[in-house]
Amino acid sequence: MAYQFDWELVVSGQYGDWIVDGLITTLQISGISIGLSLVLGTMACIMRLSKLKPLEWIAWTYIEFFRNTPLLVQIFFWYFGSYTVLPDSVNAWLNTVNQEFACGVIALTFYTGAFIAEDLRSGIFAIPKTQLEASRACGLSFMQAMGYVILPQAFRIIIPPLISQFLNLIKNSSLVMTIGVADLTYMARQIEAHAFHGLEAFTVATLIYLSISLVVSFSIQQYNMRVLRAAR
Amino acid sequence: MHWDVVWNNFDYFLWGAYPKGPLGGLAMSILMALGGIFGAFWLGLLIGVCRLSKRVWLRAPAMVYIEIIRGTPLLMVIFWFYFLAPVIMGKSLPDWQSAIIALIVFTSAYIAEIVRAGVLSLPKGQMEAARGSGLSHAQTMIHIILPQALFNMIPSFVNQFVSLTKDTSLAYIIGVSELTKTATQVNSRTMKAPFEIFITVAALYFVVCFVLTELSRRLETKINRYQARGR
Repeated sequence: MAYQFDWELVVSGQYGDWIVDGLITTLQISGISIGLSLVLGTMACIMRLSKLKPLEWIAWTYIEFFRNTPLLVQIFFWYFGSYTVLPDSVNAWLNTVNQEFACGVIALTFYTGAFIAEDLRSGIFAIPKTQLEASRACGLSFMQAMGYVILPQAFRIIIPPLISQFLNLIKNSSLVMTIGVADLTYMARQIEAHAFHGLEAFTVATLIYLSISLVVSFSIQQYNMRVLRAAR
Repeated sequence: MHWDVVWNNFDYFLWGAYPKGPLGGLAMSILMALGGIFGAFWLGLLIGVCRLSKRVWLRAPAMVYIEIIRGTPLLMVIFWFYFLAPVIMGKSLPDWQSAIIALIVFTSAYIAEIVRAGVLSLPKGQMEAARGSGLSHAQTMIHIILPQALFNMIPSFVNQFVSLTKDTSLAYIIGVSELTKTATQVNSRTMKAPFEIFITVAALYFVVCFVLTELSRRLETKINRYQARGR
């Protein structure tokens, strides 16, 4: 039996609404995780460079462990495994919010934060060491020198890799469907199960992911070109 | 803490039910990654060379392929092959086969970009000198450019292999019995040690990936030193 394509079905009516709901969830979970992973990544990077052995060691372990294990296993760990070791207050809080969504955010944040920390570290290394020495000599503390002198320059350098990390995060957010967050991929899968029109649903979902990626990378190219022209 | 659950199932995590049953666990993950990187290397090499071609009918399709794959989540690619294969071929493939095909297709786009970056980072004089000596474009590519470019790119290939090893965990979603799947199986069967199980499985992935990442760092310094000496 040949496959009958029915595009109307997946872009309108109930299934169309599902796709839109899924997209909104994907954007929400990605947006929150992007903000949090930026904070976590910056903190981990500063700890790694702080010259305080215990802090350095904690940050190193965090970065290496989370970069070298699959995100899917991390998601399962946070969702199934973490409650036995987390404090009761955290577990109680997780029960009051949408637990799947919260675990998805935590997993994406920790995973991407480790990558951002490494990107930021290479950005900081690209800045001449004398910058830090000069600011320390002017009487700024390590944290002040980082916050006012080093980090603003480093972030400007790492904008392109940072954006591709964010794009990776949006793509990786598709994995949260495994713990039941109703994101775009989950909805496409759902339409497949309900209406047996998986190909159309996956096409639409793929096109949405693709256009997010293309729009963002195109804007970055434009931005880069403008910055390069301005620098010239 | 129920570490005995992990201990009793450790061989299941490592190689599944083998030899009494099908292979699974970490061995399956590594086999899938090896098969994936082998296929993705050749496909990616082909696409990367096409992407560098001066002929637009070779360059444009390669570019579209790379952009589409790199803009799509791996999970989508896996679903594509899982649900598309029966429609195209009239019968469904075994799960692990469609997972490996999806991994090859996905990773080849990233390999193509590595190949491209490697070729572009070579001095232009290499190409000009080889063409000047009378070699054709294809001969220059095969005998002069690619051997150098691929050698310089070995660390990137190792890193890509690490990503691929982590990506094999997604085959769990279509039911391939690799390491992540065995973990969820043991977890639902025992129901009392999720923390211990997932920490152990993460540690198993970590050992494989961390060793390879370190290897790639070592290789990178070595290759840099080798090149610095040559100049």
